[in-house]
Amino acid sequence: MSEALHYHFDVDGASFANAGKASVETKKLLRQLGVPPEIIRRISVAMYEGEINMVIHAHGGDADVYITPETILITLKDVGPGIRNVEEAMKEGFSTAPENIRALGFGAGMGLPNMKRYSDDMHIDTRVGVGTTIELWYHLT
Amino acid sequence: MAVYTHSVSIDPEKCTGCTTCLRRCPVEAIRIRNEKAVINANKCIDCGECIRVCAHNAKHASYDKLSDLDFSKYLIALPAPSLFGQFNHLDEADFVIRGLLDMGFKDVYEVAKAAEYVTDLTRIYLAGENVARPVISSACPVVVRLIKLRFPTLCEQLVPIMPPYELAGKLAREKALAEHPELKPEDVKTVFISPCPAKVSWAKSVMEGQAVYVDYITSMNDVYMELLGRMKHAVPGPESAPEAGSVGLRWATTSGEAASLMNEGYLSADGIDNVIKVLDDLESGTFGNLGFVELNACSPGCVGGVLAPSNGYIARLRLQSLQKTVVVKPNKIEDIEDAERLKGDIPAEYTEAAAFTYMPDGAPNMLAMLMAMKKAEALAEKLPNKDCGACGSPTCKAFALDVVNGEAELSDCAVRSQMEG
Repeated sequence: MSEALHYHFDVDGASFANAGKASVETKKLLRQLGVPPEIIRRISVAMYEGEINMVIHAHGGDADVYITPETILITLKDVGPGIRNVEEAMKEGFSTAPENIRALGFGAGMGLPNMKRYSDDMHIDTRVGVGTTIELWYHLT
Repeated sequence: MAVYTHSVSIDPEKCTGCTTCLRRCPVEAIRIRNEKAVINANKCIDCGECIRVCAHNAKHASYDKLSDLDFSKYLIALPAPSLFGQFNHLDEADFVIRGLLDMGFKDVYEVAKAAEYVTDLTRIYLAGENVARPVISSACPVVVRLIKLRFPTLCEQLVPIMPPYELAGKLAREKALAEHPELKPEDVKTVFISPCPAKVSWAKSVMEGQAVYVDYITSMNDVYMELLGRMKHAVPGPESAPEAGSVGLRWATTSGEAASLMNEGYLSADGIDNVIKVLDDLESGTFGNLGFVELNACSPGCVGGVLAPSNGYIARLRLQSLQKTVVVKPNKIEDIEDAERLKGDIPAEYTEAAAFTYMPDGAPNMLAMLMAMKKAEALAEKLPNKDCGACGSPTCKAFALDVVNGEAELSDCAVRSQMEG
């Protein structure tokens, strides 16, 4: 997507305080562009989940947004532990988040299911010990 | 598109073109052009931050001057609850009401009283079926406009009930016409004593197109000066007994409205930056179970409005003592409305006339905007990214887009010119 409008965000893995910043910024940009509100809403929810996942499991990572007149692609890339069993991770309520994270109200096992629900297409590329890249696709036309 | 009438204007004589307001505007609605601040009316949310921060007193709120009011008409004062927090050593609200009558108002209708009705109506609304939650208060006009401009998916969560000052205007007018059949409707005028300029915009706005029951909006500052003198000699009687209870008075400060609902988990926040953060998080759906959200652009609530003379925190303290002197029992909507009519939907005469619909300030043409933002993104990489504001745009990113849109010249960036030179 070389001709796409591209924005890059560093997702800071050090704290929860900054988690969600990339999705809020993206929301602003999409609104400025005139993307339909319903699509913005879905992107904002899915991307927020992705950011939180990166903070919980992978010490942060990179979020990239590519926009063309036809498509919006969000990639969330980390060099975390990878997902051992994607099928299991996609089940609602399944979570490997540690207890201290759950105590904060996160780790309910809805991250990946919500990302799938709030995107048109989702691709997961993950390798244990190497990292995970998730693509969230949205079709504008 | 009709013009949105704003309450903030700039005095070009006093504006020095400094960057204070430019950098503090929460919606980046200000630019400095030709050494003067300019407000983009399509983006401005009337929060009044620029008035607050201007060191040169160059920003003015517009409102109706007391001297412009025709006291030969049947003028009814609508004091905001925050007015009662402006006076030192005020033990009884009666003195304020008597003072207003002595100023020449024919009647006084406390907005705090109407607020109690709004509380009641909101409770009925919350109990309804298929209500989108969390329900968001629509009492602060800044928050309402902010949501309409920037938070499309939250529009349907705004309480569709008219704000207390508007309901006060309606009820005051009806009372006057019922008590004085000799009055012609056009002779009855309602005068809201406002702590904030956003309410001026709300009432004067032609774009919103709603019927308004508030005829004049005066500044609490102006009324304060006049009222103080009258209150010194005021002799309260039964006619000046307050009719609002502590619930209504509490609306002047943050959490007052939310706490008065008593039956829902609520969140309250104030200060425009905090409000924006809460709305962003609400839109991402990260709050879990929440019944009601009260948001006020000013801190600590309406008492912190830019047209209120006192420090808002001191005013809040005074209101806390005053609340002990008024009745606890709030006015109930059943007192003025048939209980049968209150079953089901909120009767139309209490609902906000304007629809809470998304009205984006952005470009209608996505393709053109996409091209522009792409160019701006490339241009931004060449900029110093110091966000100094000297060019007249709030950030380097904003400047890049302004250049692409032909609203600024690349040579306006002094830092870049210096680095190159």
